[in-house]
Amino acid sequence: MNAVEVRGLVKTFDGHLRGRRRKDDDVRALAGVDLAAEPGEYLVLLGPSGCGKTTLLRTIAGLEQPTEGEVLIGGHVVNGLPPRIRQVAMVFQSYALYPHKSVLDNIVFPLKAEKMPRGMRERRAKEAAGRLGIEPLLGRKPRQLSGGERQRVALARALVRDPAVFLLDEPLSNLDAKLRATARDELKQFQEQIGTTTIYVTHDQAEAMGLGDRIAVLEKGRVRQIGTPVEVYDDPADTFVATFIGSPPMNLVRRDDRLIGFRPEHLLPAENVPYDARVTMPMRIERMEYLSGDRHVYGTVTRLGEETRVIARLPATVTTPLSAGETHEFAVVAGRLRFFDAAAGGRTPAVPIGNGGGS
Amino acid sequence: MTHARMRRGGPPAGPPDGRFRPARRSKPGLADREGFLAWAMLLPSVVYIIALVGVPFLLAIAFAFSDVTTGDPSYDFVGFRNFEAIFDDRVFWRSLVNTVVFTVITMIFIVLLGKILANILVADFRGKWFVRFLVLLPWTTPVALSTISWLWFLDSIYSPVDWVLRQLGVIDTNVVWLGRPSAAMVSVIAVQVWRLTPLAAVIVMAGLVAIPRDIDEAARIDGAGFWRRMFEVTIPLTLPVIAVAGLFGAIMTFTDMTVSYVLTRGGPTHSTDVLASWAYFRGIEGGDVGQGAAIALFLFPILLAGAIAILRAVRRLESQ
Repeated sequence: MNAVEVRGLVKTFDGHLRGRRRKDDDVRALAGVDLAAEPGEYLVLLGPSGCGKTTLLRTIAGLEQPTEGEVLIGGHVVNGLPPRIRQVAMVFQSYALYPHKSVLDNIVFPLKAEKMPRGMRERRAKEAAGRLGIEPLLGRKPRQLSGGERQRVALARALVRDPAVFLLDEPLSNLDAKLRATARDELKQFQEQIGTTTIYVTHDQAEAMGLGDRIAVLEKGRVRQIGTPVEVYDDPADTFVATFIGSPPMNLVRRDDRLIGFRPEHLLPAENVPYDARVTMPMRIERMEYLSGDRHVYGTVTRLGEETRVIARLPATVTTPLSAGETHEFAVVAGRLRFFDAAAGGRTPAVPIGNGGGS
Repeated sequence: MTHARMRRGGPPAGPPDGRFRPARRSKPGLADREGFLAWAMLLPSVVYIIALVGVPFLLAIAFAFSDVTTGDPSYDFVGFRNFEAIFDDRVFWRSLVNTVVFTVITMIFIVLLGKILANILVADFRGKWFVRFLVLLPWTTPVALSTISWLWFLDSIYSPVDWVLRQLGVIDTNVVWLGRPSAAMVSVIAVQVWRLTPLAAVIVMAGLVAIPRDIDEAARIDGAGFWRRMFEVTIPLTLPVIAVAGLFGAIMTFTDMTVSYVLTRGGPTHSTDVLASWAYFRGIEGGDVGQGAAIALFLFPILLAGAIAILRAVRRLESQ
């Protein structure tokens, strides 16, 4: 049984709120999404802004009603049920703490709504606060807290009533970069401790890769790929996933009706690649960047397919002297090449490429 | 002259060395000086307040200690004689009590109905625009006009209200709304509530709209139903705004004489006289300007308290 599942989920927003729109101008935020999160799983919804990931999360929470399709929580269809019956907890991007209530009252609120007796709910709230290390803050008001503290309070409020599912909507995006890294680490540890199924929305691929057991990549209201971080990174299902994930993104070189993809870190000067199973190509180097120990080499490759600008990421261990303006022989291990249909963008089986040959 | 024309024409070509040179003139204009601008913009309202609020207020204080009448406008200082006279007058005490009753009951109803109406107005439904328009209508109609139509509504013989009640079998004979003391007070309060509720509703609505949607949604997710969200989230967050709406209503009711003047002329037997109408009857229609001014001065301390309360509520809003 899956903890959370959505089947054929479609959500359209009619345009009348945004001025005059005709019927066919309806915004399709979700265009048929099928997704399942297993019990205890950490599922990350990743996609560019406007891809429908937040709408999907809100539909699971019950804040939006799907136009078509079903939402199942714990095996039961919950369409039409209000959020309070669904036993979900959500952390909002803005944290949405109640500004007039103290931290303790914020955390207690869900238990109060469950009509739990006072003594018990205070004990539970203190327990939750203790878990997140915010006990000294219980008497404060949200406006007296820092961003990181607010995020913990929001988490405590979410976990205090043992929800069936945790829904997190970009909970780290309001924190500064330094705090974000530690908060990410804490979030992961925290979820491993409590073991609750979690659905996490983000547009930040580093967060997605770091936190997710599995990642669902969304674009334009559709799931492009679901898989572990390794699968999504190494075996992208289509060119969208290939170029959305990875920084710098996967290089795509057109050859006839195929696109040949390879990651920047796999494109190395030829002498660093084992001789027996490699595909070589000359690269005209245009520019180089030195970023946190790696060399990013920008250049144009020929012979493999059409002339294409690509990026190579050379680790510090590759010391081949290179300079802008020269042409150098680069290579990729053949097994690292990925093939896509040039028109549709989907994966296709590998086609043989004669080493060094252009035809 | 040629020099001036050269400077004005064409785009300001900077010197080739890229050093900064002010384009047209080096001196800031009158409109650039914030001190001057501030005064120029504030002056009309300052003049307005001094001429139409400050001077009449000082005049009222001066008249309250004089024997000025409409027949004899010469000013003679008489000390507290006017105050002694009105304290001995039972109609003054009656109108003071009436004013307080009128204001308090009206305020309670304005806040209650305004809050309910505001919740209806922020809800999303078809024809929302039209309903909002209808709701605002009582507030936009000139008060004297709308009160006259209420005068017809509550007519002792032809009242459509009575007719409906008679048809429904609630009453046997006409209520004579404006002819009996208690019914007259109820009528005056009802009309005032009808008139001011839209204002309160719009003020409260502004407060409701300002609540971040996330917070209401968080409360939904946290399992709170409609009433819990209403009393634990929405109302506490809009309390300062509700206070402003209530105080506005109170001040406008406290100083209002139109409704009781048009509906009942303070009658029957002063049962709907309020301070403002009684001051008017004494000072203008009765001609005793001194006593009228003394009565009107009793509005001042309560209005002052109301104004301070509003400002404090606004400050609480800002600190949120």
